[in-house]
Amino acid sequence: MSAEPVTGAATAETLRDEVAARVRDGQRFAGLSAGLTPDGVDLTALLAHDGTVEPLDVRLPPMATRFASLTPLVPAAFWYERAIRDLFGLEPYGHPRPDPLLLPLEDPSAPLPRPGKPGMPDDLPPDEFALPRVVTGPGLFTIPHGPVRSGVFESVEYLVETPGEDIPRLQIRLFGKHRGIEKRFEGMTPYDAVLLAERVEGIASVAHALAFAHAVERLAGAAVPRPAALVRVLHAELERVANHLDVALKLSDAAGLAVATARFGTHKERVLRLVGALCGSRFGRGVVVPGGVTAMPRLAPIEILDRLDRLQAAVEGDARALMATPSFLDRLRGTGRLDGALARSHGALGPVGRASGFHADARVERPYDAYPHLAMTPLPPRAAGDAMDRLKVRWDEVGQSFHLIRQVVQELRESPGDGTCAAPVHVEDGRALGWAEAPQGEVLYLLRVRQGRVTRCDPRSASFHNLVLLHEVFNGDILTDFPFIEASFGLSVAGAAR
Amino acid sequence: MPWVLRGLREGVVTTRYPARPDPEADAWPGGIDVVERESTASDGEPENVCPTAAISRGDDGRLRLDRGRCVLCGRCVQARPDLFSVHRGTETARLSRRTLVVPESPDDDDEELGRLREDLGRRVRALRRSVHIRHVDAGSDGSDEWEVLALGNPVYDIHRLGIFFTASPRHADVLLVTGAGSLGMAEPLARTREAMPQPTVVIAAGTDAISGGLVSPSYATADGVGRMLPVDVWVPGSPPSPFSLLHGILLALGRIGEGDRRGRTDEADRRGRTGGGRQEGRA
Repeated sequence: MSAEPVTGAATAETLRDEVAARVRDGQRFAGLSAGLTPDGVDLTALLAHDGTVEPLDVRLPPMATRFASLTPLVPAAFWYERAIRDLFGLEPYGHPRPDPLLLPLEDPSAPLPRPGKPGMPDDLPPDEFALPRVVTGPGLFTIPHGPVRSGVFESVEYLVETPGEDIPRLQIRLFGKHRGIEKRFEGMTPYDAVLLAERVEGIASVAHALAFAHAVERLAGAAVPRPAALVRVLHAELERVANHLDVALKLSDAAGLAVATARFGTHKERVLRLVGALCGSRFGRGVVVPGGVTAMPRLAPIEILDRLDRLQAAVEGDARALMATPSFLDRLRGTGRLDGALARSHGALGPVGRASGFHADARVERPYDAYPHLAMTPLPPRAAGDAMDRLKVRWDEVGQSFHLIRQVVQELRESPGDGTCAAPVHVEDGRALGWAEAPQGEVLYLLRVRQGRVTRCDPRSASFHNLVLLHEVFNGDILTDFPFIEASFGLSVAGAAR
Repeated sequence: MPWVLRGLREGVVTTRYPARPDPEADAWPGGIDVVERESTASDGEPENVCPTAAISRGDDGRLRLDRGRCVLCGRCVQARPDLFSVHRGTETARLSRRTLVVPESPDDDDEELGRLREDLGRRVRALRRSVHIRHVDAGSDGSDEWEVLALGNPVYDIHRLGIFFTASPRHADVLLVTGAGSLGMAEPLARTREAMPQPTVVIAAGTDAISGGLVSPSYATADGVGRMLPVDVWVPGSPPSPFSLLHGILLALGRIGEGDRRGRTDEADRRGRTGGGRQEGRA
């Protein structure tokens, strides 16, 4: 990959047309990022195809105030452009609804964070009244869900626009949890920044740390030692199991299945304790560093295998029972259906995409760490696109994860290595992409480094890419379906609002 | 097999904490201690290894570590095992922000702590065994919610202690706040506290909630929730483990002590448990 962006389109219009043509040809739109440089603002569209993610750049002049919106031709850019508008003050002209998303401000002329520009702006308190609340139609009203939710949930506000039962429209307001993460990355060393990456989306700490570390390793040309690559997979897959159990737990809870909720809660606790016993953090934090891992697992392989056996037997038994509980399945079947064509054109990530017949998996398309040498059991095809198939995909993946973990632990047992946990990393200046498959789907990091410091880091979580699809899945569903649909997506607000 | 039989399968998985010590809790790396010894010239500048500037050197030349800033990355222990050590045990919650700094300075005002405890005691006296907690996420990374939620699973089963999570602030006695204090949640958080019956008790859960942790400084957060509302109990951890959260909640209710505030060794861990906890089992 080039050290500095030079490739690509001359103007935002040509970038738009190029991206639209490529998406029509079947390439996957994977994100749109902006970054301030001394020579202007770089807009970078990310396109996944043929085992690579290709960045397409256009450099806007330093005084640019607007750019041609991609959204009319590439609807998946809908939120990306609103986020760029909030953080950089660049108006995407032609955008169908350029409302604030991450940072609504009372004073539109306030100095914006503009990630990439040195220096931290003063406090920017969001002003919810800067967002329009437009509801029209006979008998139509708005039910706000949140931002303080009913229960222990992450804060987010869903404005449900409804005539009473149906949900014809939904507005998602994320700004309550905006933490200014992109700005915070700037000036950090890669070793400190990996700790921040773990906190972008706390329930997918390992995947985010991996995506960040992969970008650094690409810049440094470092090769991760084999045992370290195995430990990375071990933690990434345990994270997946914990997340999928969390979804099962929340779905059971929504259906009022007290025993199932308790059982999956216990299993999830056991996974977190296993992770804690392996590394000292229940979320696998501090394991991944650029170049490898900090330490080998603290449990002997034989003990890991023993705990896995018991865990898998218990999880699979309860999963079978859950999938044979009619009162539960009735709530999932046909609920929150995501159309297969939309999943494809949007590039829906992770289990959300897979349940609609669209398979984007970074572990398969662009395998990293130990994945190229591990056998991944193929997943059965699913395409109903409803909450039911999303849960089935998760059970399929849990089985796959157990299989992967077994291979990893077996290999660690047979060839534990010489104790080298990390390769030396000398980071060159430049730009690189890193990725990993989180439980929510593909995580992409676009990283720029100068003189050993991060100058720009855009953490694109699967949650940000997928959450906007909630707009599209309420056809014919009613208010009481809401918790099932939300839980079946299994996303994290923190990762989306960053 | 019907669900009810599945539920009975494994017998009791619930911890006895705080009535009995829990081995998982006692072995858990819940914080970092500063090894107490005379500082020498060869110490160098170990404060530089900390990514959140939790380590500082006091006027007396001694190293101090602020657990309210520590994200438990363990780099200090890895770089200087002679100066820092892992603290085993989860009773890390404190009533005063200042006492999160270890080792405590000898001139710390025990009188002030006594006043805090007394004031809190007055507010929670009427709650007894029906305590309702309202949780608000003020800009967390998402992991804190998992740990709070875990308190409801059969392993911790917080209901056995007469403590419940409530959806309505109208029923809430305790406000449990997670997250770095994102400015977008300032208003909703204030409204939630306003909607609660007086008197209220506020727990800041997690290093993010105490100081902003790694997210601080930022244009979008208040570097912890302490600047948004008065906090009664501080629970460090990134995220805090469910046992630490439990300790924080019981500490707020005056049903347990602060643990050994001087920090303890693995050996002392098994012995020492403060008075309040023991009574739980009998009650």
